Amino acid sequence: MRHTISVLVENKFGVLTRVTGMFSGRGFNIDSLNVGPTHDPKFSRITVTVMGNSQQLDQCIKQLNKLVEVMEVRDLANDTFVARELLLCKVGCDSENRTEILQICEIFRAKIVDVSLHSVIIEMTGNLNKIEAFLAMLEPFGIKALARSGAVALERNRKLEL
Amino acid sequence: MKTQNLPNTEKDTFVRQIKGSDLLVKCLEREGVEVVFAYPGGASMEIHQSLTRTSDKIRTILPRHEQGCGFMAHGYARTTGKAGVCMTTSGPGATNLVTCIADAWMDSIPMIAITGQVNQKLIGKSAFQETDFYGMTVPITKHSFLVLDPHDLPRIIREAFYIATTGRPGPVLIDIPKDVQQAIINVDLNQPIDLPGYNPTPQAEDEDLIKLMELLTLSKRPVLYTGGGIISGNAEKELLAFAEYMGIPVATTLMGLGGFPETHELSLRWFGMHGSVAGNWAVCDSDLLITLGARFDDRITGVVSKFAPNATIVHVDIDQSEHNKNKLVSLAIHSDVKYALDRLMQLAKERNYSVPDFSEWQHQVREWHTQYPFAFKKGTHITSQEAIQTLYEVSKGDAIVATGVGQHQMWSAQFYKFKEPKTFVSSLGLGTMGFGLPSALGAQVAHPEKKVIDIDGDGSFTMNVQELATAVREKIPVKILLLNNQHLGMVVQWEDSFYDGVRAQTILCDPDNPGGPENIEGLYPDFQTVAKGFGVPSKRVWKREDLTSAMEEMLNSDGPFLLEVIVPYTEHVMPFIAPGKSAKEIIISRDDA
Repeated sequence: MRHTISVLVENKFGVLTRVTGMFSGRGFNIDSLNVGPTHDPKFSRITVTVMGNSQQLDQCIKQLNKLVEVMEVRDLANDTFVARELLLCKVGCDSENRTEILQICEIFRAKIVDVSLHSVIIEMTGNLNKIEAFLAMLEPFGIKALARSGAVALERNRKLEL
Repeated sequence: MKTQNLPNTEKDTFVRQIKGSDLLVKCLEREGVEVVFAYPGGASMEIHQSLTRTSDKIRTILPRHEQGCGFMAHGYARTTGKAGVCMTTSGPGATNLVTCIADAWMDSIPMIAITGQVNQKLIGKSAFQETDFYGMTVPITKHSFLVLDPHDLPRIIREAFYIATTGRPGPVLIDIPKDVQQAIINVDLNQPIDLPGYNPTPQAEDEDLIKLMELLTLSKRPVLYTGGGIISGNAEKELLAFAEYMGIPVATTLMGLGGFPETHELSLRWFGMHGSVAGNWAVCDSDLLITLGARFDDRITGVVSKFAPNATIVHVDIDQSEHNKNKLVSLAIHSDVKYALDRLMQLAKERNYSVPDFSEWQHQVREWHTQYPFAFKKGTHITSQEAIQTLYEVSKGDAIVATGVGQHQMWSAQFYKFKEPKTFVSSLGLGTMGFGLPSALGAQVAHPEKKVIDIDGDGSFTMNVQELATAVREKIPVKILLLNNQHLGMVVQWEDSFYDGVRAQTILCDPDNPGGPENIEGLYPDFQTVAKGFGVPSKRVWKREDLTSAMEEMLNSDGPFLLEVIVPYTEHVMPFIAPGKSAKEIIISRDDA
């Protein structure tokens, strides 16, 4: 099962090594990883998505919690959080199919951020499903290069859900 | 969210024009450091100069190998509860410390490892004696620091000691580049600890403790399974009070040895692979297993599914990540064990808790205890077991005992009874051979008034034999009981049990002329000559009639002393729970095997 884990850490060197080491040392392959500062520059948020059985992951989270520089760890359960990912994708095109690509972008609310005679670079954000659907549509045109940020996630306000 | 703010009460703390290395020494003094075990080199000699020139409070002890200084710091820490400090240079000096750091990590020992690092300008350039030691030790440290700015030293040193000694203790690394050591700076020593993510002292909820008492009321066969947490948490008095009040038998782990007096009528000694029959059976048959500061290590549990199969398990631990790690438990209590035990007693008294009658169970486990004590057969020759028992008698059980790793380690735990915490020093989680002599030296430095004895095997002893020089030069009167069987006894035992007795690199002497009690001429190496070379008085014994007097001579000697006892290699450590077997299938003596 896929887990999205949000780790609030002190913004110091070495923290990322310790956090990722907890996963690699237990044989978890990290699907995606994102790090960035929070509104308080003393702290950063690391968002990790991994596949794994819950008991192993529970261990991993407890170990993360033990790290001196880790403030808080959350295993974000299914519908209690919002997750988004940024995609940059370079797609081959020519004058014949450029319009079709633009139409697909419009449907997915993606933007063209660079254009040349033989390719375009497209920027898109969305959750995992949207990104995969979009990529499936682009595939036939020939994807030349791809960069994804990995998910960033925040917990929803639980009270509002009631 | 975890928060931690500690007040800082110093005044007039501003220091002008101080060198980084002098500042480091000042900070170590401020932490109450009395002794540093340190081997110098290019990237750490600046600090040695500062120790020598500026500190009359800190004794600096020179080992003869960096691993020696790490294990000396262990011995110091394990027998005092204070942080042991060791220091080496960069590169090979540092990598020689890796085993010591891993050992402290496995056994939760508060150790501060200071390593010199190359000048920051050279970091990443494959400079002479450069290794990324910070990166290398991440998985085996509780925390680590790479000091990039000398102005941070006062805070970092304070934080390092605080982290190493609080919560579940562990090793902390401080890697200090040479330019940081050499910088001349103005600095304010008053830098409060800033560890917002660190909360070391959890306390049990009353609700959980009450639940524990309710479980106890329902129980007929409770056992206390106690580990190193009792010792590092200084909870031995609380444990004794609780066990006596409730009348629950106590089986410790090897890490927990001395946490409960082994001579007490509720003591089942220690359990696990080579532990007591009574301890193993009691845990196996228990209906309520109260685990205090222990971690369900595989040498304790064997096959997890066969461990305490009918018990409701309660697990009190300061480290939440130990809960349900190796064995699923019914009630996990995240707490400092001293607090939990103390609070349990308060609650029991406040609530007029009626203590259940466990006398039938007490009687049963006592019977096992009496019927199957740790035992050995007296043969023609002195055995290791007999030598250790004699040492126990001659030293009246008052010594601090350090060991190497192997058969002699198990026999030390079996035939020396520990009444006090912090008196058994052994590499238990990592199982590092060569641990005995240096850790005994560290313990002796911490306790000059006590008899400190390294019970060692010839394999283990040889691994750090160079520390005999430290004993002599630093005038550390450590005693060594060397049980020389000319073999790697524990591996030999496994060869006998599982590999048809085929000897695969387990013979340390000349295989064509093996030394032993019947062939003194064949002994190799000649440890008497080795001792003589280092200037350590020594004696060799192989006849029973000489044993007691030789022990007395060793214990009465003023300085270091090596007593070598020649023993047969054919003895096996018993009892033994073979891998994959349950405690019920314990092999009590070799006649049953």
